[in-house]
Amino acid sequence: MSGASELILVRERGRPWLRYLALGAVAIVMLYPLLWLVGASFKSNTEIYTEIGFWPAHFDFGAYAKGWKTSTEYTFATYFLNSFLITIPRIVVTVISCVLVAYAFARFEFWGKKLLFSVMVGTMMLPLIILRLPQYLVFKEVGWLDSYLPLIVPSAFATDTFFVFMLVQFLRGIPRDMEEAAQIDGCNALQLLWHIIVPLLKPAIISVIVFQFIWTMNDFMGPLIYLSTVEKYPVSLALKMSIGATEEVEWASVIAISVLALVPSVTVFFLAQKHFIEGATSSGVKG
Amino acid sequence: MYENKKLGFLFVLPFLLGVLLFKLFPFVMSLALSFTQYDIINPPEFVGLDNYRELATQDPLFRKSLGVTLLFAMLAVPLRVGFALFIAHVLNFRMRGINFFRSAFYLPSILGGSIAVAVLWRFIFSQHGLVNIALGKFGIEPISWLADEHFSMWTIVLLFTWQFGSAMVIFLAALQNVPIALYEAAECDGASKRQQFFRITVPLITPVIFFNMIMQMVHAFQEFNGPYMITEGGPLSSTYVLALYIYDQSFRFFNLGYGAALSWVLFALVAALSGLSFWSSRYWVFYAGEKESKR
Repeated sequence: MSGASELILVRERGRPWLRYLALGAVAIVMLYPLLWLVGASFKSNTEIYTEIGFWPAHFDFGAYAKGWKTSTEYTFATYFLNSFLITIPRIVVTVISCVLVAYAFARFEFWGKKLLFSVMVGTMMLPLIILRLPQYLVFKEVGWLDSYLPLIVPSAFATDTFFVFMLVQFLRGIPRDMEEAAQIDGCNALQLLWHIIVPLLKPAIISVIVFQFIWTMNDFMGPLIYLSTVEKYPVSLALKMSIGATEEVEWASVIAISVLALVPSVTVFFLAQKHFIEGATSSGVKG
Repeated sequence: MYENKKLGFLFVLPFLLGVLLFKLFPFVMSLALSFTQYDIINPPEFVGLDNYRELATQDPLFRKSLGVTLLFAMLAVPLRVGFALFIAHVLNFRMRGINFFRSAFYLPSILGGSIAVAVLWRFIFSQHGLVNIALGKFGIEPISWLADEHFSMWTIVLLFTWQFGSAMVIFLAALQNVPIALYEAAECDGASKRQQFFRITVPLITPVIFFNMIMQMVHAFQEFNGPYMITEGGPLSSTYVLALYIYDQSFRFFNLGYGAALSWVLFALVAALSGLSFWSSRYWVFYAGEKESKR
């Protein structure tokens, strides 16, 4: 990140306060809905409907207690656990497969490499929604419906091509000197990968982890299609359930649970943002 | 070592399998399915072009859905990309607190796709929601954002635009590669800030504008969570995007053949628009050092 901040290039001239005013106004519009959500989660039902400020008149944790219990026989503890049971294995297989493939694309010559690379870039533009239906049928055929396997296994085959692309771009920007030195010292390809490439790739790998974590936590259509037992629902589906059950929505508790549902992603975002904004940036189209 | 062809191929093998199993095969299969009638219980029955004929001639909901999808993309993509470019441009200066602003603008695109945010959106645009309370302070009558077909589209367009951060980050990277010398030279020649933006910045980053437009278009045509959660496709199908229609036909009514045909229409649409963009890019996308990159 330090590199990125130093890159800021054009010297400030003219009226900086005007720029701050504009950016500040946009930032408020951008963040206010989220701030308000947090405040509203402590408000009473009537206050939610009348107050525009985000600070509650007095803090009421009742909505959390009520929302946490849910109208089902499971609490949100189950749903959070389920979310992690999907997310964590998926991250592990994503990182392993994508690093291997990116290593191959960035550092090896092999037959059909150019074609395969174009295929990879092409699939980034393929609307995934058209693959849903046949994938569903395939997973049905192998008996994986209502399990987490359809949500995890494809990622073991580097199907999240965005990540491969990102890692390849990152690797291309890294000089090969260290690898050549290590080769002369007798490292084989796997040792090279583990001792040289992986440490160098660390910022990009962190980006992969963060993106995959948040995207999988956010994923809604996947679980919606593949899971049918409430016991196995992740947070996203459970949230949908809490709002869809009746016409009379218990907004206070729905809002409270929405806040909780965002906590893991926001935490990961702030813990890793330096690395992963940089990672996203360097994956960009530059150079 | 790097010339070890077998080893490179071995490392890339997972990807090759993945593409074949989870992309190429389903891709071909969905085309095949689109020529059948299939309800998942009985075996698929070949019906030729019937599905396509039906959606082209007898399905008003398809026509509506197609129109809604195109309208959504036409509004949402330029807004998101335009905002992203504008904010990136304003942020591309040496200033204090830049990291704060960067994070503030990026956060919504990280969380925006989640159901929790869709719930939030549904609530703040509801009859007694935040937006109407705010409008009330200015003496404006509450607007039925979600129940009035003239406004419902804007709620999902706004949600999409709100998430401009990911495109912004890519623009920022591109802007930082524009050589300062160009601005300095322009400054010496008396070019105004506006002229500098349109004559130097924009032309030099056209490849990135192009990239962002294509990627955001692909996203926009697949938008599902917003319309599904916030407006549920309504009112009067005013937000019933194709992704929603495909989902309903495929996974609610189990008209799998018809669902597949719909998804191929969506694919053809995205492919045609991408093709058109690539064709038009010859006239407006400027690649600096084009010869170099073809080495």
